[in-house]
Amino acid sequence: MSTQPSTHHKLGFWRTYVFSTDHKTIGIQFLFTSLVMILFGGLLAMLIRWQLGWPGHPLPFMEKIAPNGMPGGIMVPEYYNMLFTMHGSFMIFFGIIPILVGAFGNYLIPLKIGAPDMAFPRMNAISYWLFPPAALVMLSGFLMEGGAAQAGWTSYAPLSAIMGPGQTCWLIAVIIIGTSSILGSINYIATIINMRAPGMTFSRMPMSIWALFITAIMTLLATPVLASATAMLLLDRTLGTSFFLPAGMIVDGNALPHSGGQVLLWQHLFWFYSHPAVYIMILPAFGFVSDILPNFARKPLFGYKAMVYATAAIAVLGFLVWAHHMFVSGMNPALGTSFMAATMVIAVPTGVKFFNWLATLWRGSIRFTTPMIHACIFIAVFLIGGLTGIFAAALPIDIYIHDTYFIVGHLHYVLFGGSLFGAFAGITYWFPKMFGRQMSDGLGKVHAILTFIFFNAVMFPMFILGINGMPRRIYDYRQYAHLAHLEPLNRMMSVSAFLLFLTQMLFAANFLWSVFKGRKAPENPWESTTLEWTTSSPPPHGNFAKTPTVYHGPYEYSVPGRKTDWLPQTQRA
Amino acid sequence: MRSDWREPVRAPRAALRVFGAALGALTVVPTSLWAQDAPARARYWFPPAVSSYGGKVDHLFMVVLWITGIIFFLVEGALLYFLIRYRRREGQPASYIHGHTGVEVIWTVVPAIIVVMLAFSSQRVWSYIQGPPPPHQLEIEVKAEQFAWNIRYAGADGQLNTADDIETINQLHLPVNQVVLVHVTSKDVIHSFFLPQFRIKRDAVPGLNTSIWLQPITEGHFEIVCAELCGLGHYRMRGFVVIESPEAFRAWLEQTKRAG
Repeated sequence: MSTQPSTHHKLGFWRTYVFSTDHKTIGIQFLFTSLVMILFGGLLAMLIRWQLGWPGHPLPFMEKIAPNGMPGGIMVPEYYNMLFTMHGSFMIFFGIIPILVGAFGNYLIPLKIGAPDMAFPRMNAISYWLFPPAALVMLSGFLMEGGAAQAGWTSYAPLSAIMGPGQTCWLIAVIIIGTSSILGSINYIATIINMRAPGMTFSRMPMSIWALFITAIMTLLATPVLASATAMLLLDRTLGTSFFLPAGMIVDGNALPHSGGQVLLWQHLFWFYSHPAVYIMILPAFGFVSDILPNFARKPLFGYKAMVYATAAIAVLGFLVWAHHMFVSGMNPALGTSFMAATMVIAVPTGVKFFNWLATLWRGSIRFTTPMIHACIFIAVFLIGGLTGIFAAALPIDIYIHDTYFIVGHLHYVLFGGSLFGAFAGITYWFPKMFGRQMSDGLGKVHAILTFIFFNAVMFPMFILGINGMPRRIYDYRQYAHLAHLEPLNRMMSVSAFLLFLTQMLFAANFLWSVFKGRKAPENPWESTTLEWTTSSPPPHGNFAKTPTVYHGPYEYSVPGRKTDWLPQTQRA
Repeated sequence: MRSDWREPVRAPRAALRVFGAALGALTVVPTSLWAQDAPARARYWFPPAVSSYGGKVDHLFMVVLWITGIIFFLVEGALLYFLIRYRRREGQPASYIHGHTGVEVIWTVVPAIIVVMLAFSSQRVWSYIQGPPPPHQLEIEVKAEQFAWNIRYAGADGQLNTADDIETINQLHLPVNQVVLVHVTSKDVIHSFFLPQFRIKRDAVPGLNTSIWLQPITEGHFEIVCAELCGLGHYRMRGFVVIESPEAFRAWLEQTKRAG
């Protein structure tokens, strides 16, 4: 294994902080960029909530920012469609995937397996430097005639094939960020297979590394399918091909010249990527929580092997369930049955995860730090995301709740309740290692608890809206007789959403203040066992002064007969 | 960060009491209002079901709600209990336990049995709704376009897609208690033909003809919702449904034919 102690020489400013090939710098670049993207996606969500809480009421200052979208401060339907399209796309492609996979994958993998850097450091730098241009290309859609993409983050053809040029920007951006993901995943897989320190066998890898490893395999298998689908749609839009456009389409009274295309093909290809992508967005968070719980319960992770198998099972099954997004699409109902069966089965390995987390807390000695509180909130709210998935999997129920706010609630419990709380747990946990300083624990706890409260106040009523039959992506629901009474509830949700956004300012302030002014962090502030805590905070270029040797598993807490209640992986028992 | 995170955690009793009282009030007050006030409950729940399979769907929903609800309270309860019971305390070190194969098997097998049962009961309702339709008395076509529902009834010859078809826009009238076969398709982009009170939804896809069946069981006025994003007018792509007696339905059809 090529884990020679490195002889890195000193580099200049640009090579150190901007065009760096150091995995730690690249990880932090991913972290900062994706946090900015999440902030932007959150701002878009605030505008969406404004329209839902106070439909048609003017927001005067917006006239200057979006003169076409909000003339006189009043939102037009096209602009509303752009907002939710961009909210979803930014949060998923530029927020959650890069923060969980890009930031933590880059930062943690070499440190946690005892390697000096990634297998392909330059490719790693390229994978980051594709990210800002992709975001800019997608954003540039707002400058196009007719505005940004407005076919939803799912960009269902044929609507996405006939909309204005903003959609072309969307497609190009997705191809660029997809390329970034593919490069990153090749790197992660090569690094984990080849660069583990002596003694770091697969069965001694921390769960976060297992999760990132399996996530990388999923990314590598699924993303090319998305890239092909987007390329085909791009051809349909620009060169007049007919992959997704059937014969006989009449748009606005004009017959289109296409023939032979299949509308449902887009959905099959898109979800063949995007359902695994749901697991790409949640497995790393599972991994972080599985690292954090034993640390603060001071107890080995319960059922390590079962956790690894469950992660792998979720990944395999994740590839077999894509058409559960298509139960009402008009595909053969018999297919619905098999996809329901596969979807229901995913509940089993996911349940195994929950039970093992609970059993890890059982008879522990629990310390309530900020990362631990985020991890516990993750368990509490992701549970709702998982259980509501069972409603969506049950075919007859899905006929009704499909494309309603029930699904919007479900996906926010998964992607905010799961992925983002996982990210918060990860950031607050590894912050001392990344920046050599501590975040304020008091402020961190206030942020965690308030986020928990306001998150539930926004997202839980979505299930009620869905049960009432309120469709998603709807500019004004009040015209429908059975939905008009939902305005006060929507207003309450919007107020909670604004408070949720404000609460995130607490986090931003704590984060930025602590980067520069936080209390200096020791090497191992949490008294943890894994390799990243055996080097300085932040680690030097090359990570370890001497290649570490690993003697046992990652969660040796409270080993009987020892003075301290943690046994680092590098220490002989 | 507090410097003493390794110190025992004392449960701040006053704070716990306030938190507990607030949590209790938040749970009990809405629940008791919910339990007592039937109109309020109906307002924030499903719209009334008016199709022959609507009740089956609602019933299945309640079954899943009960099962997931019990799991929810058990898991959240265990989480809260463990967090309080096993908080760091002097003289109570953590146990050195790596796992237990027996319990892993139990919590793999038991959920597996539950989901298999759920899948079977779902499948029964699904094959009733989506399987071969019962003999129908009426056959219609719904062709969606940006942003309207074109609805076509057979004329005197009883055949769809012939010269004497009767066409309406956004007006769907149905005779009560009769089985209706509905062909769903689209002229331009994907729309979704959603009848919330019927508990049915089917995407209208260009280049694809699919069909669903309905049997309204209550007379009344309802709406068609477009449930798939179809462009800037998506939100106002609304249609109207009237379920009436077979006589009233025939009179309406006759009148529409003369008007058209």
